[in-house]
Amino acid sequence: MSDVVEKTLTALPGLFESQTGAAKITNRLRQLIKSITELTSKHEEENLIKRELSAIKEQVSSPNTTMKQMREIMVRAMYCEMLGYDASFTYIHAIKLAQQGGVLEKRVGYLAVSLFLNEGHELLLLLVNTVLKDLQSTNLIEVCMALTVVAQVFPKDMIPAVLPLVEDKLSHPKEIIRRKAVLALYKFYLIAPNQVQHIHAKFCKALSDKDPGVMASSLHIYLQLIRESPDSYKDLTGSFVTILKQVLGGKLPVDFNYHSVPAPWLQIQLLRILSLLGKEDQSTSELMYEVLDESLRRAEMNHNITYAILYECVKAVYTIHPKAELLEKAARCIGNFVLSPKINLKYLGLKALTYVVQHDAKLALQHQMTIIECLDHSDFTIKRETLELLFRITNAQNVTVIVEKMLDFLCYVPIKTLTFAPDNSWFIQTMNDVFSIGGDLLQQDVPNNFLRLLAEGKPEEDDQLRLYAVESYLTVLKGHTSHLPQCFLQVMSWVLGEYAHLQESVDRREVIRLLTQLLDQRSVSSETRVWILSALTKIPEGQTDLILDLAESLSSSQDTVLRQQAQELRHLSQDSQLREWVLVENSCAVDSSLSFLDGFVSEALAAGAAPYKPPHQRQEELSLNLEPYSFSLPVSLSSCSITDRQSPTLLSVSSGLSGNSAELSTLILEGVKRVWGKDGYLPQKEATAPPVDEPSAAVQPASQQEAAERIEPRPEPSTQNQDKQQLASSLFVGLGVGSSVSLLGKSEAPPPRFRKKPRPHESSSSSGTSKRSSDSSSHSSRNTTDSFLYGSFPEEEPATSISTFDHTPKSTTANGLSQNKDTKEDRHANTSQILGGDMVIVRPSTIQDKHPPSVSSDLTALLPADLKDLPHSDVISLTSDPSLSLSSCRLFRDEALLLVIFISNCTETVIKDVAVQLTCEELKVCTGNVMDCLEARSTSVCHYALLMDDPHTNVSLTGTVSYQTQPGHTNTLPFSGTLSTADFIRPLVVTTEEYGKLWLSLSHDVKQNLKLLTDAGDPLRTTLNALKDALQLHVVDIIGSEGIVACRLLSGAPCLLHCRVNGAALAMWLRSPHPALPDFILYHCQRALAHH
Amino acid sequence: MQFMLLFSRQGKLRLQKWYVPLSDKEKKKITRELVQTVLARKPKMCSFLEWRDLKIVYKRYASLYFCCAIEDQDNELITLEIIHRYVELLDKYFGSVCELDIIFNFEKAYFILDEFLLGGEAQETSKKNVLKAIEQADLLQENFSSQSPHNCLSTP
Repeated sequence: MSDVVEKTLTALPGLFESQTGAAKITNRLRQLIKSITELTSKHEEENLIKRELSAIKEQVSSPNTTMKQMREIMVRAMYCEMLGYDASFTYIHAIKLAQQGGVLEKRVGYLAVSLFLNEGHELLLLLVNTVLKDLQSTNLIEVCMALTVVAQVFPKDMIPAVLPLVEDKLSHPKEIIRRKAVLALYKFYLIAPNQVQHIHAKFCKALSDKDPGVMASSLHIYLQLIRESPDSYKDLTGSFVTILKQVLGGKLPVDFNYHSVPAPWLQIQLLRILSLLGKEDQSTSELMYEVLDESLRRAEMNHNITYAILYECVKAVYTIHPKAELLEKAARCIGNFVLSPKINLKYLGLKALTYVVQHDAKLALQHQMTIIECLDHSDFTIKRETLELLFRITNAQNVTVIVEKMLDFLCYVPIKTLTFAPDNSWFIQTMNDVFSIGGDLLQQDVPNNFLRLLAEGKPEEDDQLRLYAVESYLTVLKGHTSHLPQCFLQVMSWVLGEYAHLQESVDRREVIRLLTQLLDQRSVSSETRVWILSALTKIPEGQTDLILDLAESLSSSQDTVLRQQAQELRHLSQDSQLREWVLVENSCAVDSSLSFLDGFVSEALAAGAAPYKPPHQRQEELSLNLEPYSFSLPVSLSSCSITDRQSPTLLSVSSGLSGNSAELSTLILEGVKRVWGKDGYLPQKEATAPPVDEPSAAVQPASQQEAAERIEPRPEPSTQNQDKQQLASSLFVGLGVGSSVSLLGKSEAPPPRFRKKPRPHESSSSSGTSKRSSDSSSHSSRNTTDSFLYGSFPEEEPATSISTFDHTPKSTTANGLSQNKDTKEDRHANTSQILGGDMVIVRPSTIQDKHPPSVSSDLTALLPADLKDLPHSDVISLTSDPSLSLSSCRLFRDEALLLVIFISNCTETVIKDVAVQLTCEELKVCTGNVMDCLEARSTSVCHYALLMDDPHTNVSLTGTVSYQTQPGHTNTLPFSGTLSTADFIRPLVVTTEEYGKLWLSLSHDVKQNLKLLTDAGDPLRTTLNALKDALQLHVVDIIGSEGIVACRLLSGAPCLLHCRVNGAALAMWLRSPHPALPDFILYHCQRALAHH
Repeated sequence: MQFMLLFSRQGKLRLQKWYVPLSDKEKKKITRELVQTVLARKPKMCSFLEWRDLKIVYKRYASLYFCCAIEDQDNELITLEIIHRYVELLDKYFGSVCELDIIFNFEKAYFILDEFLLGGEAQETSKKNVLKAIEQADLLQENFSSQSPHNCLSTP
């Protein structure tokens, strides 16, 4: 139970005393709910409900139970049913309650009936008479209740009995009765259309009802009728158009407004009807052009509801007979959807595009970059819709690229099916299809995950799945196999090798024969042969003759690996003792807690090894730097610096100024202007670096316009951008007039140099309308329901990458293959796989040499005067090319980390339009800096303030600098670097008492033994000083063998460290209000001590 | 609309309304799967998801998830607004509604829903009219049990 509930429960008595009468009756319900909240386990709940239900049973069958008590019992029964328990014995009593009770009881009785019983339930027949009676009641409430229940659950064959009465209600003086009657008839029409055919005239009357509510209800019926036969209702087009005009003109009572939009539900209903009527009918369509135009025009307010109407309107425009002017407007609307930063609207935009490209494929062209981005979207729903869209624009030229994208997508299928697979056979069958169709285009983790799923299952539960797999594969192998993709063959041979023995009825010789047959096929790759051979190794002995034949034939193979395997195979099949020893039959007990390693672990820890961290804490620490020449800022960490480039797509999503990232962290721009502004600091070579009057003036008009057009600026490294453009051109080929014409819409893909973020004021003016109105709309909605529901919006969760099944290999069987399948590198390197043993050859991963840093220490002299006194790191070179070289230096300010970038012109000519753009994924900051020109042999300085709200082990920075050496010729130079949390840690100066108080107030703690530096005098002092130097900690006090140290993350969360000498180790205890901070600080402490 | 579910962040069902005939077993299965799927989604993700052959539209209000299943040709955005209007109705009726109001007075929440949606279609979208209908039925209740008026209705 939620805390809120628990807390509020204590306040309950007061709450209920204030409520009256009706509340008292449901006292028992309250007790029930209250006792459920106090329970701790599902089991206790079951017992409690069981008791409750038997109490209810007793009460309902007692003759003394009054109707009033019955009502209360029924509410409890409904509650129990909602919790998922069976209270079917109360159903009949619900009907009785509706039958015999007063209005009060009837209401609950009818509700219970509508919740308990399905349309087809036999008990409903008992309700018919009650309904008939209530329909004729003089009490309006009773009539309403009867109509409500009729419109929800009513047996199909009893419709004729109530139909005349319901029809009569269409002319009832009360509009609420007429409305409900119309909806009841609608329901009747849905379940038994032929029974209401004769009352069409009455529907027509409902349509012209003076009450808008009744009229709106009748549209449900009309929509249904027109959907079935549009031609019979063409004559009504005029009426619908008139109604829509009236609605748009605000002729309806204000009650029907929803957030000041007139009757949106009614509008949408009418638009749907009109689109059905106007479809493929020019003359009818002409009647509605005007009103559709008006509808498009009116729906300009920026609220969800107007978007809902717009969407329906766009659909209508594209469904009816086309009119160029309207199509153009509608296409613009789609643009607003697609480019919207709001994900819901983006989705609708994609959906609208999907619908529209069937009529006009060229529309997709305008939005191709957005589409490309959506393809990589982290939200499955968006991704799916994008693929749907791509599917619609497939043509002869782009078919291969699109199909490839779809197959990429297939790799999500298995993951999804794991949770939803209805049965084993379906699952295996689907996977067979995936493998044989997707084949070798599938990402490697698809077969890996699949095999893991099979391997990790419990023997009893999943044997069936395995059996089914074995059976199905044998069938596949008996058929034509030469066309099967390699990865499918590998999967099959592994499964057969592991599990063929489960299937008693299968002849092992048959399995061996089938597998051997595969070996003879030319199309089978040598890698697959290895898989097949290892499968053969695993098939239990007894078939020595076949195996020996095979080994014999392979012993002369050209392939050394195969020869070796054949040799092993022969030995194993001849020496059963060896075989038993090597291939442990089935399930060896796996100690999943790995307790046998405890001794080793404690030894290693004592020796100063880094403690194990679960993957979620580890973040990127363990990934290797695979990028050549990438640069790592903290020199001390360079040996294992991390530049995680695995998910470059994340970059494209980060949009610093699109509103929602404001709370994360900010990159302060103030410094930029000071350097380049009129009064700003001028570097030493004054003459060579003229100040630029206004930074924004450097932005060319075109780029400003673009910034304005782009609702969501997407800063990204240019290389990535090029990739995307390339992808775009291959995806959208053939859609344009001439496919070779530039495929990129003008506003879609500006050259990287223009990818400058609009400054805050620019962005507010460019997207001002949307911002302002969304503000106002959210404001207005707040007014109506402000107090509780909006009180706590879902808390923002830190963006975490989606966890995949990667990298948790578990070998359940004693052979190398189960490991091989998880070790991608092996496969890539095509290293031979040693069979039978537990060995896997792991290639040492080569770390690329770093670009040699050409450190020019004198650069620090260029630092602005006000920054010169700050502690700073060494200047390190970021990147360089013949004309430009970039260096950077970190300055530690209390509240931020300043990153200073020195841009030096190495040529003898002026370099123009130098634009630096910096992106940082974790900090979600990005900004641009443009200067007009950089004189020959001069250096300019710009600096960025970086803030870190949530600690990350390492933060990778990427950026580009673009410049022009000759007019019109833009060069781009990418650079990257890494920052560590250590850069963001600042000493926290507190007294011992303050420390004590703070210590008690902090909740998250971590304890760990660290290495103690013993090389000089006092080990504790030496160690703490080393830490202090490396991490800018503040040593508060040292008393005897204990020391207390404090620091904080910039000016944010503090972290207190308590250190105690414990033998040869330093026992460190960290506390912080931030859950992750201690882990990170601990990590850096370990590193600092290890490097000491 | 095919059905509407209300459930808490802990996955507890608070309200369920089915507009299509399904067996109890089926309902339970759907509920279980959907609650799991929706709770697993991150806050920044879009409010729609395709599920079986249906579209699920959901929105979170404080600790409660409101979740509707619609057909593919239906409009997702208007469904979001249906959810919102229902929340507004609850809010007005209970006077700044919270999850507890819905737990302890779930039958009232059903009455309001029935007055707003009928047979899966919007019946009455005017807030005033819906509450008027509920009020009348409630008043009747008061007369019958001769008790003082329900204080929740007194404040707009």
